[in-house]
Formats: sequence, C-alpha cells, structure tokens
Amino acid sequence: MMSTDTPSLRRAFWASLRRELLLSYRHKGDLANPLIFFLMVVVFTPLGISEEPRMLARIAPGMLWVIALLATLLSLDGLFRSDYDDGALEQMVLSPQPLACLVLTKVFAHWLLTGVPLTLLAPVLGVMLQLPEGGYGILFLSLLLGTGSLSLIGAIGAALTVGLRKGGLLLSLIIMPFYVPVLIFGSGAVKNAIEGFPVNAELAILTAMLLAWSVMAPFAIAGGLKISVRA
Amino acid sequence: MPSLEFRQFTCQRDGHPLFNPLNFALNGGEVVQIAGPNGAGKTTFLRSLCGLFDEWTGEMLWQGTPLRVPDFSLCSQLLYLGHQPGVKKSLTAGENLRWFFGVQGMPFPGAVSDALAQVGLQGYEDTFCYQMSAGQLRRVALARLYISRAAIWILDEPFTAIDRFGVQNLETLLQRHVSNGGLVILTTHQPLAISGVRLIELQMAGRGGNDVD
Amino acid sequence: MAWQWFHRLGSPKWFYEKTTAWLPWLGFISITLILLGSIWGLAFGPAEAKQGNSARIIYIHVPAAVLAMAGYYVMAISGAIGLIWRMKLSFMVMKAAAPIGAVLTFLALFTGAVWGKPTWGAWWVWDGRITSMVVLFLLYLGIVALQEAYQNQDTADKISSVLALVGMVNIPIIYKSVDWWYTLHQPATLKLTEKSSIDPSMGYPLLLMILAFYIFYAWVLLLRTRVEILKREQKTNWVQEIVAKG
Repeated sequence: MMSTDTPSLRRAFWASLRRELLLSYRHKGDLANPLIFFLMVVVFTPLGISEEPRMLARIAPGMLWVIALLATLLSLDGLFRSDYDDGALEQMVLSPQPLACLVLTKVFAHWLLTGVPLTLLAPVLGVMLQLPEGGYGILFLSLLLGTGSLSLIGAIGAALTVGLRKGGLLLSLIIMPFYVPVLIFGSGAVKNAIEGFPVNAELAILTAMLLAWSVMAPFAIAGGLKISVRA
Repeated sequence: MPSLEFRQFTCQRDGHPLFNPLNFALNGGEVVQIAGPNGAGKTTFLRSLCGLFDEWTGEMLWQGTPLRVPDFSLCSQLLYLGHQPGVKKSLTAGENLRWFFGVQGMPFPGAVSDALAQVGLQGYEDTFCYQMSAGQLRRVALARLYISRAAIWILDEPFTAIDRFGVQNLETLLQRHVSNGGLVILTTHQPLAISGVRLIELQMAGRGGNDVD
Repeated sequence: MAWQWFHRLGSPKWFYEKTTAWLPWLGFISITLILLGSIWGLAFGPAEAKQGNSARIIYIHVPAAVLAMAGYYVMAISGAIGLIWRMKLSFMVMKAAAPIGAVLTFLALFTGAVWGKPTWGAWWVWDGRITSMVVLFLLYLGIVALQEAYQNQDTADKISSVLALVGMVNIPIIYKSVDWWYTLHQPATLKLTEKSSIDPSMGYPLLLMILAFYIFYAWVLLLRTRVEILKREQKTNWVQEIVAKG
C-alpha cells in the first residue's frame, strides 16, 4: 500500500511558499501596515527635529535606516503566532522535511512581503527627507540586502516568543542588539555614497551577514519553535 | 507492519511522572484507545509519540529500535490530529488539505474533493474555512485521513464536534485502516463501535515518592 | 566510568552538598584579594600622569568590564550544555549568571561615566567601547526578561539558552562592527584607555583586581546557583531537611 512517491523538500518548499503568499494575499491590510508606519515616522522627523533641508539631508540616511528597521521589527510578532495557535506549527514540526528549511520559506516570504516593499518605498521617502543625490542607489541596495538579515534575525525573536501571549515588546528587546551591525553597515554605506567614498566594503559585509544569517538563523528558529511546541 | 513498543514509559511534568509506567507493544492492525481520568496525560502521551513532547522516561521502540526525540524517524509514518486541527481559516478547504500534504513534501493529492465528500463536505473544496462551523472545520482536518498513506494514525479526540453520521463514517474508516495493516492510537470520551479495540488505561501516578507537601 | 563525575555533576543535590565547603573559602579569598588590590591600587600605586587620581577608578572599571564579558560566555556555555546534555543544573547556573552579568555591565558603564566626567568633560561619550558595553547590557537584559516572561521554568531555560547562544556567536561581530563605526565616524582623539600604555606599577594591582573579581564572580555565581537549586528542588526530601535544620 505504500506509494512510490517519496517526499521531496522541493515540493515542501513550494507548498509552504504558496501558502504564505496566499495567506498574505487574503490579509492585504497587514501588508500595508509597515509601509504606513515607515511613512508616518518619516513625516514625524521634520516635525520633531527641523524642516531645515541641510539638517534633514544630514540625518536622512540614518533615519531612513532606523525607521525601516523598526518597521520590520513591528511586522515580525505575528510571524509564527497564528500557526502556533491553530496547530499548523505542529504539523510543520511533524513533517519529515527539516523544520529549518520550512521556516526559511516563511522568512523568505516575510522578506518578500515586508523587506522588499520597504526597500521600494525608501527612495520615495528619501526625497521627502532631502536625501542627497548620490545616496538613492545605495540606499536601495543596502536595504535590499539588509532587510534580508533583519527578517532572519527577527524571526529568531519571533520563534523564541511565540509561546507568550504578549510577545511583541519583548521580541523587540531581545532582537535589537543583533540589529546593531546591520544598522551600522547599512547606514554607513549610504553615508559613504553621499560623501563620495567607496561603499564596496560595507556592501560586501552586508552580503556576508545575509549569507551567514541565512545559514545560522533557520537552526535557531527551528530550535526555538520546537521548544515552544513541546512546552 | 508497524510495531511500537514501550518499556517503563512515562511522561513527566516538572519532574513528576504523570502516569504509572507503561509496558506494552502495539502492532499494525490494532485500534488502541488510550483512556484515563482528566490530567492523567492522555494528550501528553500522544504528543510524545509524535515527538511533540520530550520530557519522558523509559524506552520507546519503533520496529525494535529505541527512539529518542532528536533522531525521530517516525515522522513520515505518522499522521497526527491534535486538539488544534491546524486548519487556516483564511484558506479554502482544498488549499488547507493540499498544504497538509505539501508541507510533508508529498505531491498535491488529486483526491481532495473525494476526501471532502467522504466527510460530508461535498462541494466545499473552494469554500473559505472562516465560513464553516467548528464541526465542519474538524471534518476538513479529518479529510486528511482519506488521503493519507501514513501507517500510524494518532488521533486526539477525533470525534469532538462531529455528528452521529460523521462518527459512524469515521469508525468505518478506522476499521478499514487497521484491516490494511495500519495502526490507530486514539483518545475519546465516546464509546467506540469498533470491534476489538484495545484499551490502554493510564493510571494517574501518585504524587508520593520524594514529594512532601 | 569517566562520565560518572559528569552525571553526578548533573545532580543538584550532589552539587549542593559538594559546594557547601567551598563557599567560605571563595568568599574569604575574593574579599581579601579585593581589599589587597584596592589598597595597593588606591593608596600605594602612582597617580596617572595626565588624569591624576581619577584614573584610579580603573581598578573597578576594568575588572567589571572583563567579567561582564566573560560572564556572557559562562552563561551561554552553561545554557548550551543544558540544551545538549539536558542537564538541569546547567540551566540553573545559566539563570543565575544572567543578572550577575547585567549588574557587572552596569557597574562598568557607571564607573565609566564617573571616570568620563573629569576626563572627557561629559558623563557620556559615544566611544566604541562604551557603545559595545551598552549593547552587552541590552543582551543581558533580554535574557533576564525572557527568563521572567515564561511561566514554565523548563521552557524559560531552553528558550533563553537559545538566545544566549545566538548572542555568543554574535558578540564578536557586534564588537567589530561598533569598532568600525567608531573609527570611521568619530575623530579618534580620546584614546586615553589604550591598555598597551599602562605602567607595570599600575598594571600589577590591576591584574590582582581582575583575579579578585574572577574569584568574586565564582563565589556570587555559586551562591545564586545554590539559591536556585533550593527554589527548584523545594519539594524534595533533602531540601526539606535542610530547611528544617535552619
């Protein structure tokens, strides 16, 4: 009675990705929230600091990066929560496919639906913050690379707090220290680009961090989720 | 033929055993009902079979080889239906079923609408699960049994929220599964109309021993 | 047979009974060394050439910073041992180590601020080392907060150990990146803390203080672990007996 169809990781990957995309398509409102947050804090910046163009131009790279980072952080709390609550996470743990690979799909979907839109929006908001000419390309590129790391690191926090009913603030607290290097090299690249310095080193390090986290984070995430499911 | 054996097996909470150690062996072709009072650890026992709980002591042998949680090789043989059916409300019944199998790396089952018809949800394949009642949600989860090729079914209260007709159907299905050599381990508060059900009673462990209150 | 001691180490009762005898020794040695080092450094050591007597705060500042750092590794490694060998005692050490580390980090930051006021003219300067210390402080707070958030002690232990492990892998990266940030974006004028330029007459009391802090750390960690053992094993007979004896 056993079938010859052996389970394959590729199929599990596509099934998970398809489901994530479907789910977020059905909750379109959630997709917009980080972007609205991004826009809103950018509007707050001149109100709270100064509308003076030279001042804004100076802080724009750092502000854009910090706000994008916070927007990512806010979108992470629900990453595993609904799967945890309705039992879908148990089914993922029970799958013969490695959990680390399955969660990597979820994180990839999160990046696709949060990191990429934030990256696309950032240059527009850069105009509002008087970001100097030379910064746009590198802002886009550094965010594209950096948000990948942000999603991966944040997912670790989401996995470690999934069993808590109110994990949102705690998630931010435990994860933010790990965002420090990403922020430093991300905003550093944009600042260098504006001042006309080379940015190769920063971009190379951002890429290296993305690769390292892609390898490491799924194991931490899977470990955290298994502990939470077994509790 | 699947075989599972337990030696001095017990689950623990906070370092205390939940039930008295179990010693028994299960083979394909059996329906096994785990019974016991509330809090005796029925759900916990089922979860530890699936690797969803790991604070247990004693031995669990699968086909004669001892299992530990980290190298759990049972997964591909298992179908687990817990208290939470794992059905996403914003997906349709069909999408939910396809994901169940997809996430295990199995090909998309073609027989989804048949399976849904078997549990009394004919024509519901493209209905969103948020439009369904609790009983219908449960049936979506149960429809997996009609498609699955897993040898061991672990069902925690599968009859909850299911009407009489549904219960009969499910009993027939379980009987068919075991007559094909499968193994069913379940908990239920309902009397089962299946012949030859093996009853394993969990006895609440006394909180004696090194306990002083 | 070689593993026997390892398994016995996993028994909280054995550990508790064994370490009872060590406590007074550790306490005595650490307090004596701290007193000796302080007197040597404060009263007999020379004043720093540029900063005068205010630099004498390094006898607390540097050991606190060293131990804050080492403490994170102690915590993360005990967490890892707990996760790998499912050793409850190891989790207890991990839980006990987190607040100690946080306090030491705070002490290093605080003494740094006190030192900074006369030296740099400001309580707070965004220097590379200080920034790294703040991040370390946040890492510790995260662990403590996560421990407190979970009701189930077992889950709390495992979850915070995973976080500590992720932290351990990342600390060097965070430090390097903060260094990079500092040298790139700040004028490097405030290099008064360069360790290489320290004179032996100040170096020896400093080394003594670092050693004293290590032993002090071991003492406090042991004390806190023992309290944790009693708390978690309170329902067992042997703890009941100890409590009954007073």
